[in-house]
Amino acid sequence: MTWIEPADLAAHAPRILAHLAVLLVLPPLLLGLIAKVKAFFAGRVGPPLLQPYYDLAKLLRKGTVFSRTTTWVFRLGPVAGVVTAVLAGLMVPLGGVAAPISFTGDLLLVAYLLALGRFCTILSALDTGSAFEGMGASREAAYACLAEPALFLGFVALALLLPEGAQLNLGNLLAASPGGWELAAGGMALVAAAWMVVLLVENCRIPFDDPNTHLELTMIHEVMVLDHSGPPLGLILYGASVKLAVIGMLVLGLILPRSGHLAVDLAVGVGGLLGLAVVIGMIESSMARLRLLRVPALLVSAALLAGFGVILLAVR
Amino acid sequence: MDAAVLALAAIACAALSGVPGLRWRKQGPRLAAIGLGLGGALAVAAGISALFAPARLGTAAEGVMAGWRGSLLVDGISSVFLIACGLVAGAVGLYAVGYWRDAEQPAAPWTRLLAGLLVAGILGVFAAGDLLTFLIAWEVMSLCAFGLVATKHREAESRNAAWLYLATTRAATLSLIAACALWLQLTGGPGWSTLSTAVAGSAAGVTMLALFLVAFLIKAGAVPGHIWLPPAHAAAPSHVSAIMSGVLIKTGIYGLCRLGSCLEAPPLWWGGIIFGLGAASTLLGVIWALGSHDLKRLLAFHSIENIGIILLGLGLAMVGRSLGDPLLVVLGLSGALLHVLNHALFKSLLFLGAGAVDHACGTRQIDRLGGLARRMPTTAACFLIAAAAICALPPFNGFVSEYLVYLGLFHGAVGGWTWALAGLVALALTGGLALACFAKAAGIVFLGEPRTPAAARAHECSPSERAAMAMLAGCCLAIGVGLPALVPALQAAANASLPTGTVSLPSLDAGWYVTLAAAVLLAGGLLLWRWQQRAVQGAGATGTWDCGYAEPTARMQYTATSFAAPLAEQVAGVMLVERHRPQLAGGARFPATASFSDHPRDPVLERFLRPAAEAVAWLARGLRVVHGGWVHLYLLYVALTFAALLLWSLA
Repeated sequence: MTWIEPADLAAHAPRILAHLAVLLVLPPLLLGLIAKVKAFFAGRVGPPLLQPYYDLAKLLRKGTVFSRTTTWVFRLGPVAGVVTAVLAGLMVPLGGVAAPISFTGDLLLVAYLLALGRFCTILSALDTGSAFEGMGASREAAYACLAEPALFLGFVALALLLPEGAQLNLGNLLAASPGGWELAAGGMALVAAAWMVVLLVENCRIPFDDPNTHLELTMIHEVMVLDHSGPPLGLILYGASVKLAVIGMLVLGLILPRSGHLAVDLAVGVGGLLGLAVVIGMIESSMARLRLLRVPALLVSAALLAGFGVILLAVR
Repeated sequence: MDAAVLALAAIACAALSGVPGLRWRKQGPRLAAIGLGLGGALAVAAGISALFAPARLGTAAEGVMAGWRGSLLVDGISSVFLIACGLVAGAVGLYAVGYWRDAEQPAAPWTRLLAGLLVAGILGVFAAGDLLTFLIAWEVMSLCAFGLVATKHREAESRNAAWLYLATTRAATLSLIAACALWLQLTGGPGWSTLSTAVAGSAAGVTMLALFLVAFLIKAGAVPGHIWLPPAHAAAPSHVSAIMSGVLIKTGIYGLCRLGSCLEAPPLWWGGIIFGLGAASTLLGVIWALGSHDLKRLLAFHSIENIGIILLGLGLAMVGRSLGDPLLVVLGLSGALLHVLNHALFKSLLFLGAGAVDHACGTRQIDRLGGLARRMPTTAACFLIAAAAICALPPFNGFVSEYLVYLGLFHGAVGGWTWALAGLVALALTGGLALACFAKAAGIVFLGEPRTPAAARAHECSPSERAAMAMLAGCCLAIGVGLPALVPALQAAANASLPTGTVSLPSLDAGWYVTLAAAVLLAGGLLLWRWQQRAVQGAGATGTWDCGYAEPTARMQYTATSFAAPLAEQVAGVMLVERHRPQLAGGARFPATASFSDHPRDPVLERFLRPAAEAVAWLARGLRVVHGGWVHLYLLYVALTFAALLLWSLA
């Protein structure tokens, strides 16, 4: 980790631009792909793949209505959701494509940036004074908090693989994972499973939350944004898709092979993200949402899985 | 100027700040604010100048007072604490002008006098050059705090809190006096001298270390010595709570740092206990905070949590020294010291905000508040900044210190001290729990609709209060984006805390990246905000949609209790809640009005300490049979004892 010299900038530019393009442009497609897979499993045609982009374009042109109860905090939520997710994404490598920003401890900044986005979204929901949104906010806070140990235990498991003196950053951690599969495949599989659970809960997917549910009483993320409309709702939709891609990139970093060629790595990374969307669609098609009371048990199990992963990698 | 002289001037300014107000009542608040502000500025100056003094000896000003040679020592260890105390004291002095008015508080001049003495005592603890000065300053501080906790002594709650505080602070002082006596015996003098490993490992040495540990951990409010902290912080006037939570509890941390610097090589158990209690305090503090619905009690429990984070860092550093791992030492120590300063800033800001809310609405019960962001915009903004900072969210100061502690924990967990893993999991879990808890506190108090008429009538606080809060909020942001500027200072402070050798903070450019990220975050957020503001121009205004419900009332909103319920259910095992269930009168069909209430209790106090105290009281009651107050019976005892001794000597 050093500053990129101006002379090297040209060499790094394609990588940085490719990473940025994937981070900023691709995410809504993941939502479209998930919807398409779910439609396929349900025997429907489903909306077009690019529907989320159409939705975003439509929302950005729509008018907005604000509740009289709300303050500036309500308007901060959508902005924070996008900015924190994009900034976190700048620090997460996409498979073999290194992240634009990388430094010692960047994993902590990623985790706490996502937490900042969540904090603002929760406050924005509470700002409406609606009981439904309060309910969603409460659940979001509870589940995200139980998911945190699984994420950090996964980091520790990877840190055990780092060579002596290597810097503790996401690039090095994720790059160590191929070695981890050779040493203790079981441990890596446990960590990957735990992080998959984190991915599903952080992005409010089945089995934790059903993004398509029609009953406010059982929603989490969707109920928090009931009062948002127009461009702010567009920002929320976009921010949520970027967050899905960012955590997806973390999970993929554990399993994707690396070639060292930018074009190949980029193709593998994009393919991996699309594949992940298909997997999420398949999970959503084949499972029911958990009862809310059962959710904490699954989250604690995820933390335990990651913990066993740490043990397996430590005693390899 | 000489750092020790600056510190002495700061102590004098703070101690005398309340004196003119006794005579000139009208000008009292302002004079006190000037005194505290000046004292605070001098303390900050003393801290900064001591930081870059080359030797760890620092400078000593000696004088002969009443039979003991008092001395001051201001070095790198004191500096962080002095700076924290100076900033908090200045802000609190300014805040008190508008908050603690003579018209509303008949005893205000005395409160000001005690508050000034309290700050002077705390500064004295941080600058004491020998154990006797330390002990005297410690006592001034403890007793002034007792007087301030008992300010509202007509209320039973305040009285109970004050007694509990007095009892625990006596226990701490007794332990400290015993430890000091052993110190004098072992080292032969009251100065802060280096304790060799052989002496520290002897039976007397171990006893002394254990006694110091008990005293300092009780004062710091680490579990299980925390029992005094929540009631005392809730009962004291809010600006005093800010001093207590911001700096008073840090005297325990300072003691541990200072003592650590005297140990040639700390034993492993010493660091291990500090680390273990740190992990326990972190988790239990935040869990208990989640269950409390009194705003100031909630903040007090978070002080326990943050003391836990500081202890995690300090414990890591001690363990690192025992194991000979310099990276662990420097990361743990710099994280802990920076968190001392950061916690002082954001926690005092939170208490000042809570005071403004309490003053405006007349209640600290979160479930009776709501919608204050519209009525008190500045207070709300400052409180939200502090809430983000305490949750370690970037770009505020809490993140940078927890970042250092986390790096230390990772290094320990991977590098051979596996116990660090437990601390890492505890800290990760705490991060999420703290976020939930502050989303609850800030969200329910400031957002939504007011839940009671009192909250609806709330008004913004006075300009002096707002200025004090804005100043602290500015400090929170400045440290959050300015980590690289602090690195040399932290390194100097960390090196002063080691008896021998120096360590250097690795990867200084990581700090620049944190600054860069914070700048990008702020700039990006601002740009997107402006874009959104333009995009929503001409937006309509209506009621909250609420899924089409036409007549929502404020009482239908989610409350703090309901917000915390999903998490509280998961951790019910370590909470103790007293519930008063309604007795439904008037039959099943037309029940009369009934009420339900629940009160969180301190499980350590109720389950362990109170039964223990009751057992002692029961034994004492048993002994009462033999001393019922009859003099002839006592004479009989004397005669019997005499006879027994006579028989024994004859046999």
